[in-house]
Amino acid sequence: MLPFIARRLAATIPVLAIVAVLVFLLLRLTPGDPAAILAGDAANVEQIAKIRAGLGLDRSIPVQFAIWLGQMLSGDLGESFYFKMKVTDLIGQRIEPTLALAAVTIVIAVLVAVPLGVLAAWRFGGWLDRALMGFSVLGFSVPVFVLAYILIWVVSLKLGWLPVQGYRRIADGFLPFLRHLILPSITLSVIYIALIARVTRAAVLDTLGEDYIRTARAKGLSESRVLVRHALANAAVPIATVIGLGIALLIGGVVVTESVYAIPGLGRLTVDAVLARDFPTIQGVILLFSFTYVLVNLLVDLSYVFFDPRIRY
Amino acid sequence: MRRVVAVLALAIAAGGAWGQKTIRIAPQSNLAVLDPHFTTATVTRTHGYMVYDTLFGTDANSRVQPQMVDKWAVTGDRRTWTFTLREGLEFHDGQPVTSEDVIASLERWSKKDSLGQRLAAAAERWEAVDARTFRLVLREPFGMVLEALGKPGANVPFILPKRIAATSADKQIEDPTGSGPYIFKRDEWKPGSLVVYAKNPKYRPRAEPPSGTAGGKRVFVDRVEWQILRDAQTQVNALVAGEIDLVEQPAHEHYPALRRNPDIVVHDNKAGAQVVLRFNHLHPPFNDARIRRAALVALSPEPFLKAQYVSPDLYRVCASLYACGTPYETRGGMEGLLRGDIRRARALLKEAGYDGTPVVILQPTDLATIAKLPTVAAQQLRQAGFKVDLQSMDWNALLSRRAKKDPPSKGGWSIFMTTLNGLDVANPVVSLPMNASCDKAWPGWPCDPVLEKLRLDFLHAATEQDRKKVAEAAQRRALEIGTHAALGEYFQPVATRKNITGLLDAPVYVYWNLDKK
Repeated sequence: MLPFIARRLAATIPVLAIVAVLVFLLLRLTPGDPAAILAGDAANVEQIAKIRAGLGLDRSIPVQFAIWLGQMLSGDLGESFYFKMKVTDLIGQRIEPTLALAAVTIVIAVLVAVPLGVLAAWRFGGWLDRALMGFSVLGFSVPVFVLAYILIWVVSLKLGWLPVQGYRRIADGFLPFLRHLILPSITLSVIYIALIARVTRAAVLDTLGEDYIRTARAKGLSESRVLVRHALANAAVPIATVIGLGIALLIGGVVVTESVYAIPGLGRLTVDAVLARDFPTIQGVILLFSFTYVLVNLLVDLSYVFFDPRIRY
Repeated sequence: MRRVVAVLALAIAAGGAWGQKTIRIAPQSNLAVLDPHFTTATVTRTHGYMVYDTLFGTDANSRVQPQMVDKWAVTGDRRTWTFTLREGLEFHDGQPVTSEDVIASLERWSKKDSLGQRLAAAAERWEAVDARTFRLVLREPFGMVLEALGKPGANVPFILPKRIAATSADKQIEDPTGSGPYIFKRDEWKPGSLVVYAKNPKYRPRAEPPSGTAGGKRVFVDRVEWQILRDAQTQVNALVAGEIDLVEQPAHEHYPALRRNPDIVVHDNKAGAQVVLRFNHLHPPFNDARIRRAALVALSPEPFLKAQYVSPDLYRVCASLYACGTPYETRGGMEGLLRGDIRRARALLKEAGYDGTPVVILQPTDLATIAKLPTVAAQQLRQAGFKVDLQSMDWNALLSRRAKKDPPSKGGWSIFMTTLNGLDVANPVVSLPMNASCDKAWPGWPCDPVLEKLRLDFLHAATEQDRKKVAEAAQRRALEIGTHAALGEYFQPVATRKNITGLLDAPVYVYWNLDKK
């Protein structure tokens, strides 16, 4: 397995290199001048040009790319045009809220979606199955921000149970940390629950028709044991795959959720950086997201060995 | 008992901010640039007023009043001005504020600010007489010395320590040491999320009551926190839930609900922001003054304001290029303009030989306060016979696009719209769109020596009456050549929790005098 991991990790290098070049070029080709944004509404062209030169944006694109590549190879993602901080420091400041939000979201999603999917498959065609399918359509269809506003209105403004916005570090106490994360995580997990529950239902349905399930039932095993130990265990590979693939969905959702709930994470940093045409920060964050995505896929592939002993690398 | 004491001690140690009075504010945008000389961004200006002090302030009646200055004198020929600083002024690092600091700051500021540039051009030299006294020697009398030094709008002549003011004006300063009523807490700053200011315990406010940016800057709270809430709905939700105390710029559609909420106070702001439509003077069709005039004849302000700001108590129309209700407001030169006279506009267009060149209007879809205005402009101009190409983009793309001098067909533009603080259109010298100095002018680049001469005359006018005459002449000239259209003003009330008191009615955001009951 170690050679497989090494090969996969080595394969991330060309992936990240291609992402880096594409992002660099796309940012230079899209409209928007960071210097004009920094200068403010009242600046004239001369003032903007001076700021542009100060940022090094008056150089040719190949020269800018060479400088950036040199920095990257030395582990430096550069300095944010907008925040005047090292991009690595900015990412360091913002990574905890995003990781916390993603982790709680995944935990909620898996804890809710997998049992729901299994139960729906077990009661195929029944009211639970139909309700789950209906919920899935709703979960896919309702935009994240609409759901967020509805939850805020009901839970925070009408009932006063949870805060409207903000984030507390786990170091400041577990309860405040959790109180600030519950609503954003529920908001973000809905689409994820819909996705995982549907895939779980389909995968478990497939396995429920297998001979070994009939054998297990014939042996007199309880339905719960049949479902968990035999049906679900054999359906784990597609479920693990969809959880992994859903990370991409999560990255997109984090951007919106963090904006609505004012969580100072990587999602909001991305929005701020894109709006301000903060090239070094956008490049840094996208590289991080790409690396995370590649890594998650690797972990999912490795998890197959755990779920299905027949798989060997 | 020992356990109780231990718990209390722990609690005190853990909660350094226990018992502190903190006001939480949602500012109009994120604070990214800390250097108020470097940018004209509103949020940076507000940061400047927190951290720095000024030699003079402008009170609520638009009169310049001393702030850091104790006394000043001017010679009979009005060429030598001598200023003395108040005693005991100190920077946050404990160093006294000296004449050297003031001179270095003003020199840096004058490289960026248009009025500062004019002052610098008229100045022979600044000289430090002693630690607290300095002198400005002019080549020729300059009619707006105090107005320049007490200028409330960006770029504000804030005073920095000399060691920081020595930084090139084109490079952002990173050390926010000032001598103002608050201290910037760099260690607590989370860019894009949280900005923290602590009360400056050594600040010595003036004895006079606060008024505008003048008077005593008294601080009644320990901390002010700016929570950067990007989403307009989240700002209002957080205010209603009591998680923040003040929203600087609630979205206009939220005012009715906020006014109905018994826990919220909506503070009407008397200072308006002017809606401006800017022509690009470099390229067809608006490189022809007759066609610009035809557009001015076609435009009608009321539909713009109604479409964008909805409620009549949030806007007003005044036919003047200067801010409504200010000393230089005049109707001079407005005859027949901005009345939506489509028939006459069509005739003027025909007379000018308009050949159907498309008018490229830039529309910032993400800026809620102006997003609808370009649509109205497009409709009114189409009715008059213009061929219009309305192009949507985000505000920051617009800022970049409008700085391009290329023809509209090659990535340039014909019209953009924005709003300008009343302070920035208070007279012909500070007015950005009336600057007709060609390449050095605001995007649109009008080039007119006559208007430039009038702007200079305004600076040298000896009396207020003379200034008014020159201001009117400048407006007439600006309308004759069609620099831009001023389409009225809108108001941006501030919303606070009802336990917040002392919010000052100033043309800029200032947060001294606030208290939380």
